[in-house]
Amino acid sequence: MILEILSYLLRFIAIMLLQLLVINNIELSSYINPYIYISFILLLPITIKPWQLVLISFLCGGVMDAFSSTPGLHIAATNFMGFIRIHYLKATTTKEDMEGRIVPSLSQKGVVWFVFYCFVMTFIHHLILFFLEIYGFQEFFSTITRVLLSSVVTVLLIVIGQLLFYRSKIKNG
Amino acid sequence: MRNLIFFISKYYVFFLFFTLEVFAFVIVYRFNNYQKASFVNYTTGVTSSFYTTVNNTNQYFNLRRVNDSLQMENARLHSQLITSYYQNNFSPKQINDTMYKQQYEYIPATVVNNSVTKRNNYITLNRGKDHGVEAEMGVISETGIVGIVMSVSDHYCTVLSLLNNNCKISAKIKKNGAFGSLRWEGDDPKYAKLLDVNKHVPIATNDEIITSNFSTIFPEGIPIGRIFSHSLDAGDNFHTIKVELYTDFGTVSSVYIIRNLMKGEQTNLESTLIETKK
Repeated sequence: MILEILSYLLRFIAIMLLQLLVINNIELSSYINPYIYISFILLLPITIKPWQLVLISFLCGGVMDAFSSTPGLHIAATNFMGFIRIHYLKATTTKEDMEGRIVPSLSQKGVVWFVFYCFVMTFIHHLILFFLEIYGFQEFFSTITRVLLSSVVTVLLIVIGQLLFYRSKIKNG
Repeated sequence: MRNLIFFISKYYVFFLFFTLEVFAFVIVYRFNNYQKASFVNYTTGVTSSFYTTVNNTNQYFNLRRVNDSLQMENARLHSQLITSYYQNNFSPKQINDTMYKQQYEYIPATVVNNSVTKRNNYITLNRGKDHGVEAEMGVISETGIVGIVMSVSDHYCTVLSLLNNNCKISAKIKKNGAFGSLRWEGDDPKYAKLLDVNKHVPIATNDEIITSNFSTIFPEGIPIGRIFSHSLDAGDNFHTIKVELYTDFGTVSSVYIIRNLMKGEQTNLESTLIETKK
């Protein structure tokens, strides 16, 4: 149990460093700002307690806010996404998934399910984040383009990450 | 009562989520409505030292470019030195100068953290309260303006970059002095828009845009950029002006924080004006 927590903590630090040091410095366009740190929350085990998930997403957003000097934007977006995840997984997973303590990942749930799951979650997260960032609807269409493009790139990066790090498991399964 | 407890314990996750979400929205609301960046104040101390470490490493990769720009600036400053002027004054008397009183001080600083592709960009600098930096001081680079200091910790400050939704800068066209306000539209970090320039003002591409003398933050005449393109829509009272910014926000690294020594005097005077109006 302690080992599991420790490994998740390490993963959290690694993913935050990746986001802050690498992804944030890739300047593709002002319409593409991927936030891959949310994949930490997306890839928590299905059996995690709902209150733990809500708290973890809150902390995740808090750390991100602190390092990008934004006031509460990431907390609002990530917290909301964490809450939606609880209900999304309740609706789309089976009893066997719950008993098998599986992780909602590419290798265990299949490509189509995973990509759709990622896209829905990322879209919700980016929607809240970008609209709170501009704080209003005065640039509605450019903001929605920003949300869509960034979501697509984020999902793409998460899927690539999955293929890189969990390849062996796919072969076995 | 028992029902209430039962209700709360059944939906405790929702209540937890709801409380945290409200907390987040309160911070966002406070930030956007009071322009008091109190939230950021707590965090700059810790997170900035993290970024300083990262930046120290990154700086090695930029040394050549920084050298070039410093050399350019040196050359420009050398040409302004008193020794590079021809002494054209034959007056035998030494005049003690009381006509000029220093109004602006420049504090050199280095960019520790920066972004250009977000909708709201912030810059962190390695100067803070200990060096005399306060909120709402202007920040410029060798080439042009950069932003406005937002919040200050002991050794660091965060700057509202010009590339930010909340950053509006009072500017004017150098040629004819027409005023407008400069705002970034959120797409390309090279360009911004100059708003509120009346349609009867004649403008042309390549006209220089400089800071106006209306603000207490920037001295008058700091270069901002030049007019890249302009158009006038039918029925519109204002020009649509696209400004190419002089400052390259992607590579900006050494900047100056401007301290207005007479700011207190001016704002005090203006605030009494508002009170008497009431």
